Amino acid sequence: MERSLRRDITTYVIVAVVLGVLLTASIVTGMMDLGHWNPVVALGIASAKALLVAVFFMHLRERPGILSIFAIAGLFWLAILFTLSWVDFSTRY
Amino acid sequence: MSDVARHVAEHFDDFPQQHHAAGLGMWMFLGTEVLFFGGLFLGYSLYRHDFEDAFRAAGEHLYMWIGATNTGVLLASSLTMAIAVALGHHERWRACRWFLIATAAIGVCFLGLKAYEYYLDWSDQIVPVLHFKAEHFTKVDPAHARLFFVFYFVFTLIHALHLLIGIGVVLSLAWFAGRGKASPNQVEMTGLYWHFVDIVWLYLFPLLYLVA
Repeated sequence: MERSLRRDITTYVIVAVVLGVLLTASIVTGMMDLGHWNPVVALGIASAKALLVAVFFMHLRERPGILSIFAIAGLFWLAILFTLSWVDFSTRY
Repeated sequence: MSDVARHVAEHFDDFPQQHHAAGLGMWMFLGTEVLFFGGLFLGYSLYRHDFEDAFRAAGEHLYMWIGATNTGVLLASSLTMAIAVALGHHERWRACRWFLIATAAIGVCFLGLKAYEYYLDWSDQIVPVLHFKAEHFTKVDPAHARLFFVFYFVFTLIHALHLLIGIGVVLSLAWFAGRGKASPNQVEMTGLYWHFVDIVWLYLFPLLYLVA
C-alpha cells in the first residue's frame, strides 16, 4: 500500500474514533439534567462532530480554500435566515 | 492509470481543473441542501421555544437507543465512504468497490433500524393524523405534542429519502468501479453527498432525541 494512502486511512480511522467518543459524550450529557444548558451542550457537540466530518472526511483541509468559502456561504445564508426570523418572532408579543 | 478514471471532458484543460470544478459544483449543491433543511430547522427551533414543555414530553416517546445506535451506524458508514474515496484516488478499484458496498450496506442497516423505530412509533400511537392517541398527553397540550411528531416524521422521512438516494448512487458507483469504469471524481463527489447526509443526522439526533 502506498504511504500516502496508508496515512489517509489512518487519519480517517483516528477521526472516526474521536467521533465515537463525541457520540458517547452526546449520549451521556443528553441523559443528565443540565436545564437550559442541555440544548446548548448537545448542539455544541453536534457541531464539533460536523466540523470533523467536513474538515477531514469532506477534504476541506486539503482542497483549495474556495471550497471552504462555498461551504461557509451556505451557513452564512442560514445564519441570516435564523437571525431575521428570530428577531421577528421574539419581538412580536 | 486507466483512461476512464482520468478522462477529461473537452471543456476542461486538464484533470485538476475538472476536479476543482466538480468540487465547486458539489459544494454549491450542498449549500442549497443546507437551506432546504435549514427552513425545517428554523421552524423546529421556533416551536421548540414556544412549546418547550410539550416538545420535551413528546420527545420522551422516542427511542433514544435507536437514535444513538443509528448515529454510530451513520458515522461508521462515513468512515467506509472516506476510505472508498481515498482508494478511488489511488485507483484501487477492487478495494474501492468493496468499501462502497460496505457503505451502502451500513446505510441499509440505518434504514432498517429506522423502519423498526417507525413500527414501534405506530404501536405507541404517536403517528400524527394516521394513528395518534391524544390521551398520551395530559399535562401538556396534545396538539403541541403532535406538532413535535409532525416535525419528527417530516425530518426523518426526508433524511431517509436522502439516504435512499445515496445508497442507490453508491451501489451504482460500486458496479462501475468493479468494471473499471468509475472515476475518482465521481467517488469523491458521491462521498461529499454521503457525508452531508450524515451531518444532517448529527443535528437531528440531539434535536429530536435529546430534547427530553
